[in-house]
Amino acid sequence: MSLLQVQNLKKYFATQKAVDDISFDVEKGSIFGLLGPNGAGKTTLIRMITGIFYPDEGQIIFDGKKFDPINDVAHIGYMPEERGLYKKMKIGEQATYLAQLKGLNKSDAIAKIKEWFIKFEMQTWWTKKVEDLSKGMSQKLQFVTTVLHEPKLIILDEPFSGLDPVNSNLIKDEIFKLAQRGSTILFSTHRMEQVEEICDHIVLVNKGKKILDGSVKGVKNQFKENLFSVGFEEIPKNLNGNLPFEIVGTKDHAFVVAIKSGSKPNDVLNYFLQQGVNVISFNEMLPSLSDIFIKLVEGTPLTRQFLPKETVEQASN
Amino acid sequence: MNKIWLVIKREYITRVRNKTFLLSTILLPLVMVLFIAGAIFFAATPEGKKKIAVEDRTGELEKFLKSDTSKMIFSFNSGADTSNFVQKGYDGLLYPVDSTGKHFLLKTPKAASNETMDRIRNRLSTAYLSSKLLEKNITVEQIDSINNASSSYYTVDNTDEKNKNVNAAINSGIGFASGIIIYITMFIFGAMVMRGVMEEKTSRIAEVIISSVKPFQLMMGKIIGIGAVGLTQMLLWIILIFIIFFAAGTFLPSDVMQQVQDIQNNPGVMSSNPGQFSAAAKGIANLTNLNWPLILGCFLFYFLGGYLFYSALFAAVGSVVNEDPQEAQSLMFPIVMPIIFAFFIMSANIDKPDSPVMVWASIIPFTSPIVMMGRLASSPPFWQLAVSMLSLIGGFILTTWLAGKIYRTGILLYGKKPSWKEMIKWIRRS
Repeated sequence: MSLLQVQNLKKYFATQKAVDDISFDVEKGSIFGLLGPNGAGKTTLIRMITGIFYPDEGQIIFDGKKFDPINDVAHIGYMPEERGLYKKMKIGEQATYLAQLKGLNKSDAIAKIKEWFIKFEMQTWWTKKVEDLSKGMSQKLQFVTTVLHEPKLIILDEPFSGLDPVNSNLIKDEIFKLAQRGSTILFSTHRMEQVEEICDHIVLVNKGKKILDGSVKGVKNQFKENLFSVGFEEIPKNLNGNLPFEIVGTKDHAFVVAIKSGSKPNDVLNYFLQQGVNVISFNEMLPSLSDIFIKLVEGTPLTRQFLPKETVEQASN
Repeated sequence: MNKIWLVIKREYITRVRNKTFLLSTILLPLVMVLFIAGAIFFAATPEGKKKIAVEDRTGELEKFLKSDTSKMIFSFNSGADTSNFVQKGYDGLLYPVDSTGKHFLLKTPKAASNETMDRIRNRLSTAYLSSKLLEKNITVEQIDSINNASSSYYTVDNTDEKNKNVNAAINSGIGFASGIIIYITMFIFGAMVMRGVMEEKTSRIAEVIISSVKPFQLMMGKIIGIGAVGLTQMLLWIILIFIIFFAAGTFLPSDVMQQVQDIQNNPGVMSSNPGQFSAAAKGIANLTNLNWPLILGCFLFYFLGGYLFYSALFAAVGSVVNEDPQEAQSLMFPIVMPIIFAFFIMSANIDKPDSPVMVWASIIPFTSPIVMMGRLASSPPFWQLAVSMLSLIGGFILTTWLAGKIYRTGILLYGKKPSWKEMIKWIRRS
């Protein structure tokens, strides 16, 4: 069942089509990756989903009903890419304020914040000011304030930028836990290695259009080039006979081979076994999302064209 | 509604708890009271008793030049001369410069005040009058009684009823002062709104908040919250100033307070018998005779109205600029100009409150908060006050609506500052 359905969404600005007819579904409890180069329309798309912008056309179905920004924003947690906190405000008060704006009452908010602060070892921060925190620390605080009100949909725009590996992992683990407990996570980034680790399903947008939609595994299979890596104790010198593959590369004690059409991986193994060489590994080489991303996006040369400032114009509501 | 209330509360509490708020709230009335007290001290406080040694060559003066025991004591044949009168304990030496004995010089260690010179001239002319009257066989007692009666025999009142008991100068001074206070506070609190908006934008919290609250709610919450801070500060100032004045009242000499009460109980007495009251008593009586409920009511209305009118515009400016305060300067210019212009109109025309420029400026909402306060002293017609107030209310609804359109786009916009043309486009659209 889908928590969020985006149907034929359009948002045109004076100088460009920021979001041009995009549709996708986000399954409940899944971790969904919204990918795309800078300026592809991700932020505009997210701003429509969070009720900041009204779409020009198309509709958003949230939790089975037409998206109603005024009431539904309480069930959405949004951590924008451009994010910050009130510098002069005490951390505990700030978190309470943000939680209250999401509809929590004060005592619930405080209880939940304390719970999260213990989890992230932030108990001593309560009376400190944001200006005393490092960038990574305030990032943790922002994450807490985003998920505090137990939103059904959590939208994270580049959540790991500026975090060290330890804190990155801490937050990554929490994202998994939240998804297990039924929250749906929409994750926007252009850092592909994180997407591969975390996401179940991805959508790639470019120049306001959706160019790819599928599970991480499915997408990789779709773009695979039948490459295999075959590892040997010793690289065989002479390869005779009718090869069911082509060697496209050699590294250390392995060949990278492309299987010819009509042949199967077993044919490759059989060939080497008959040759009497000791095969120690045999792996399919799937393309990384990063490769797919570059391949798809590079095809369209003007992807990173200069973005006119009207991008956020017409913030109509 | 609940959310806008949360925003208001945050804006209010974070500012009221701030140390600078407390400090300025307490210090400003103190400074004002010290300033006023100083002005009164130098202007109205009578100088102390002066002892003047007189070198009287003819012996004429000794007979007729009378000491005024409370203010001035003349001593004759004291043996004081220009070199030693200070050592002998005199404040001044009066001596003739030529043989006629008519032209005197007053030598004092420091330049004598006008009041002292006037008093000596006055005494000397009375002395001459007395000496001439004595030659006509009128007794000293008769001369004294005529002198005493002369100051209150004829009295004069102004026909303009409203000015009868109230000193017009003090009245317009109060209006002028309120105008200045509104002028200054409009800048202070307007800039506070602008900086608040800029802070939200540059610290990048705006988008986080906007995902829970409508931009218009956030803007209004900020404006109302800071307005409440301003109102709190105003009320505290008014209360503090009244407390300080009443506390100061108990330190005034009891005869001054007695005189004040006499004037209050019998309003006609001041004009019929001005000589019997001290300047301090008259000043205090005039202050207490003002129409304070009207002045305070209008002051609070125009403070709030002017604040609401301009703070929305300041918020719009704050929303379109980035980190660079220079950008804010150039955008603030068209907002600041009418405020300065209003102050200029009021200062230049404070003595002609019913001139056309004052009437118009007190009705147009761009200038009315300041100019109308300056006119209030001369009791403008009720319909003008009503039109001015209504147009100010209409004005701030309009500026808030316009500013809201610029704000909601500007607050999420990073990068280059938009041009005026673009901002007008934002207003026109949707």
